[in-house]
Amino acid sequence: MGFVSRGFVGRPEAREGTVLLPPGQYDIGGGFPVLSAGPTPRTALDDWDFTISGEVDAPDRLTWQEFQDLPHEEVTVDIHCVTKWSKFDTTWSGVSLDTLLDRVETSADYLLAFCDGGYTTNLPLEDVTGGRAWIVDQYDGEPLEAQHGGPARLLVPHLYFWKSAKWVRGLRLSSVDEPGFWESLGYHIYGDPWREQRYAGD
Amino acid sequence: MARTAIRRRLTWRLATVAANASEARAVHRLSLRIDGWDGHLPGQHVDVRLTAPDGYQAQRSYSIASAPESPTVDLVVQRLDDGEVSPYLTDGLRPGDQLELRGPIGGYFVWHAELDSPLQLVAGGSGVAPFLAMLDHHAAAASGAPVRLLYSARTLDDVIGHPRLERHAERGIGVTIALTRDQPPGWTGLSGRLTPQIIRERVWPVDRRPSVFVCGATTFVEAVADSLVEAGHPAAAIRIERFGDVRGARRDSGVPTTRR
Repeated sequence: MGFVSRGFVGRPEAREGTVLLPPGQYDIGGGFPVLSAGPTPRTALDDWDFTISGEVDAPDRLTWQEFQDLPHEEVTVDIHCVTKWSKFDTTWSGVSLDTLLDRVETSADYLLAFCDGGYTTNLPLEDVTGGRAWIVDQYDGEPLEAQHGGPARLLVPHLYFWKSAKWVRGLRLSSVDEPGFWESLGYHIYGDPWREQRYAGD
Repeated sequence: MARTAIRRRLTWRLATVAANASEARAVHRLSLRIDGWDGHLPGQHVDVRLTAPDGYQAQRSYSIASAPESPTVDLVVQRLDDGEVSPYLTDGLRPGDQLELRGPIGGYFVWHAELDSPLQLVAGGSGVAPFLAMLDHHAAAASGAPVRLLYSARTLDDVIGHPRLERHAERGIGVTIALTRDQPPGWTGLSGRLTPQIIRERVWPVDRRPSVFVCGATTFVEAVADSLVEAGHPAAAIRIERFGDVRGARRDSGVPTTRR
């Protein structure tokens, strides 16, 4: 890496955070940006359900109340958005995907999360099991706001945040890794922030 | 949905600053020459990377504000006083300086000149940047698509690309500017924020089936998108790009980047 930007020194305090930050990221501090590709969907809780379908022995469907009755966990994690901001120590509450996936039998290796508004994102099953992913319905002790993905969103904090799909309504399990929305539009198929897998080919 | 994936690997490359000129209050247009630039689609962005002598790096994303036909790749940079990157770009870069970037990036918030359906652009502040690229491309490609731009800015001094927009208006683009904070004497445009009523009146009617692009800060695009959906525009016809307008954060860059 030979190039140096003439006259650029950067901020001392920005360097301090870099040990905790994946490459190319910066600490957003107290803010929480909102990013999405379309209008915010507003689904009534009576109409909401969560389904697990695809390559499963029998599809599973939960109503909002049934989802609420599942055991919830509180998690505090750092999150990393591909648009360069990271946010430390965000606190969520939701249902572990281990709990949800225990409800079906499958030999699939991948899933496609699908959402209100048509958004999709793909993930390997091994990345959402073993206590690494949740369907969350609370942020900071409050019901999740619609613009942050409420009533419920996926939370997969070890991957770039576009994988933590907002307004999630279900998972389709598959033996093939089918690219989701951003993954079909030039973004990385897997999206590990620590390996800076932002775009296809990174 | 259009699948215009950029499949080739995006490598870091050096751009040379051709010009760095004031474009509006605290906003500069940075014109870059990039050897071997393969062109871009209007609406795409680039990632810019700055490197300090000790190896420290900072990255930000910027929309491309110039048409693919332009000899330079132009970025519109809003200077944020507490920003780490934007003051360097606006104040520090001189013609001849080099800048590392990669792109073009993004395949969703883009407009294709072959589409002749009505095009509706709604911008807040420096969210107008990708639309400057779309309008210049519309002119250069002699597109027959009818276009309207509804642009909300604080004051006349904050209007980015004003002379260009006037030229586009002269060639038949419907340009409506709304000034939210104060208006000069004799102002004939709109005053105040974009209300649901203004959205209904000034945006192409639903039955014209416009493609709608909205770009600006989160509160702006949320309000506009809700008004559009309320007015009957299908959600799938509305594409959004936003800045993370974050209070008290060490962010900077008027960065319309799509995503998530």
